[in-house]
Amino acid sequence: MGVRVAEEWLHSCSGCEIAILNIGEPLVELLGQIDFVHIPVLMDHKYYGQMGEGEELEIPEADVGIVSGGVANEEHLEVLEAMRKQCKILIALGTCATHGGLPALINSWGMEEGIKNSYATPTTDKCQVPTDVVPKPLDRVYAVDEKVKVDLILPGCPPNPQLIAEVVTALIEGRDPVIPGKSVCDTCPTRREGKGDVSKVRRFVQNADYDPEKPIDEMRCLLEQGFMCMGPVTAAGCARRGAPSCISARVPCRGCFGPVRRDGNQMLDMMNALASNGIDFKSVVDRRSLLRFSGAHGLLRPINKKSGK
Amino acid sequence: MGNVINIQPVTRIEGHARIAIHLDDDGNVSDAFLHIMSLRGFEKFIEGRPAEEVPRIVNRICGICPWMHHLASNKAVDGCFGVTPTPTGHKLRELCQIMAHINDKILHFFFLAAPDFVLGPDSDYSVRNVVGIVKEAPELATQVVKMRQLGQMMLERFAGKAIHPIAGVVGGFAKPMTEEERQGLLEDTRTLLDFALFAMDFAKNSVFPKYEDVIASLGTITTGFLGTVDDSGALRLYDGHLRLMKADGTITDFPVDQYDQYLAEHVESWTYGKMPYAKCWDEGFSMDLAAPKGVYRANTLARINVAERLSTPRAQEELEEFREKFGRPAQGTLLYHWARLIELVYACERTIELLEQDDITDKNVRAKAEPKAGRGVGAVEAPRGTLIHDYTTDEDGCIVKANMIVGTTHNIAPMNMSVKEAATSLIRGGVYDEGLLNKVEMAVRAYDP
Repeated sequence: MGVRVAEEWLHSCSGCEIAILNIGEPLVELLGQIDFVHIPVLMDHKYYGQMGEGEELEIPEADVGIVSGGVANEEHLEVLEAMRKQCKILIALGTCATHGGLPALINSWGMEEGIKNSYATPTTDKCQVPTDVVPKPLDRVYAVDEKVKVDLILPGCPPNPQLIAEVVTALIEGRDPVIPGKSVCDTCPTRREGKGDVSKVRRFVQNADYDPEKPIDEMRCLLEQGFMCMGPVTAAGCARRGAPSCISARVPCRGCFGPVRRDGNQMLDMMNALASNGIDFKSVVDRRSLLRFSGAHGLLRPINKKSGK
Repeated sequence: MGNVINIQPVTRIEGHARIAIHLDDDGNVSDAFLHIMSLRGFEKFIEGRPAEEVPRIVNRICGICPWMHHLASNKAVDGCFGVTPTPTGHKLRELCQIMAHINDKILHFFFLAAPDFVLGPDSDYSVRNVVGIVKEAPELATQVVKMRQLGQMMLERFAGKAIHPIAGVVGGFAKPMTEEERQGLLEDTRTLLDFALFAMDFAKNSVFPKYEDVIASLGTITTGFLGTVDDSGALRLYDGHLRLMKADGTITDFPVDQYDQYLAEHVESWTYGKMPYAKCWDEGFSMDLAAPKGVYRANTLARINVAERLSTPRAQEELEEFREKFGRPAQGTLLYHWARLIELVYACERTIELLEQDDITDKNVRAKAEPKAGRGVGAVEAPRGTLIHDYTTDEDGCIVKANMIVGTTHNIAPMNMSVKEAATSLIRGGVYDEGLLNKVEMAVRAYDP
């Protein structure tokens, strides 16, 4: 019998699960060494028994539990607590689980406001917000470690399939996984010339200056070109073909692996990075969206009623 | 009231749903519901964001079809800023969208739906999944894993990210395609087209014939359909105008930016999923199985029903064979799978067509854009249905207001109806088993929600 694995998704988009599939052919080999005991996206194990006869939500015991998504309603919390109870090792997979991810942007308003707004769009018939049977929302979006103890975090939006494979393989082999601990900049091959003459951040409404026929290491650093690039304050891990993935498409980093240090603050760190490059941080439109991937842990919160426009 | 059968969670779909089948005192179905259990509120939290950033925020609505949201959003931002993408920028976007359709269809048919057909709806739940297929049919499974991976890596190689893409930008695309990239993509797509034709034959010869009764009846309801076509009525996935077809075949065509004149969304208290309906039919909304009102379906079957034809040769042959067999519009719910494979063939052929165009490698991929006040409506055909993003910006080019109708939501009312139809016809006198409950779920899986 292989290593028993349970997988769940909470306030998520399924991108993490697709990233698991994107392990590709090595996945077929891994599947020979693990036994999925619960994974709703691929397998039909039910919470309340296969005939729906049970009273309590039940997840089978597992050696390894993987959870994607943050925690935003009572059902997420119930599922997460069951996963924690049944899994010896619990992994938070993807930036929603580790830092709230994009859905935690709603923390600037609160869950209730977000839901209310969805039922008040111009094409929606006049109605009450649904409350029967559906799970009650929490006040805001939480990272998984705000609710239960987490043994290992693997951020990324999506997480890098090779790193997922590395973590699972390491657990099977009983060793510590090798996960990068540096910043995106440390893995970026673009050409840096030291402090540039940029004083303001430009919006990405025109393409970067580069020769598409030439390799990426001949393109000048996008931050030095004046674009907001969050490489300095973002955890490494996305690089797969010699460059961070967004940079390889000649597009600046937006911070989707979360802060370099687990408890870092991408907004404050980026302000510092800009200031130390002589760039006026006031030129950044919408500074709060520097926390667009890491707004859980109380970092994004409602400022006041007016901020909600 | 009698008993409630609780199927929770609905599995091998994307997202959080539960089926509740209510039985009366005689054990017959009195009602059945598909409850959508989660909501994130994207329309709210993109407010205030610079519009050009939104295509790389809303892609997180769906990790299976992030390209669809990314591109519908880019089109909406084009509209807000009043910019028209360069011809090559436009083509590169369509290319990526169509390539993403290829992966999605392989994923859905083989990873999510196929266990019900290859292993059988009554097989034990512990093996009725893709791992079971790996053990039962290792050669097929390895081939399927390879092909889906090939498709994903084509996108990733060219556009940096396959999941949660970034290469579509207001005004066009972030990078041109080199000749080397084009040749590589062409070679890979030809491999995928061969696989698509294999998948079509495999399904027609080895899968569908075994389940003819199920396909003809399970969860089958009678509704209208929504899809996108060009001026000649041929299927389009990236752009075109919207077409609503009533169950009797009557057609209403309308431009994307007038969607709010034709469609509206009904809300029930017991599900987070909204239920779009055809407001323009002036009959209101009802999910009554015998006489539904306003209900139409989207996604693969809907698209091939509303289209006059498919613009690529092999896919057109398949459509003709399909129509010969099932008529137009075809109503069988499990025919969504058949239609999905026809679209897989189309998507491969269309990818090759685009890659063979001379200007696909043109360097002029992005038109100049300036943030400003405006409104834009962008739509694409996502794998799960017509996807509409509608934004309004202020003078700084930041989002003031957003409305989205997401592909899956068009099918929420139909899925509820199919669940009720399947449950009612399968469960009599309180007698049911695991295989039978799985068949009720199969009616949901057909829609690939």
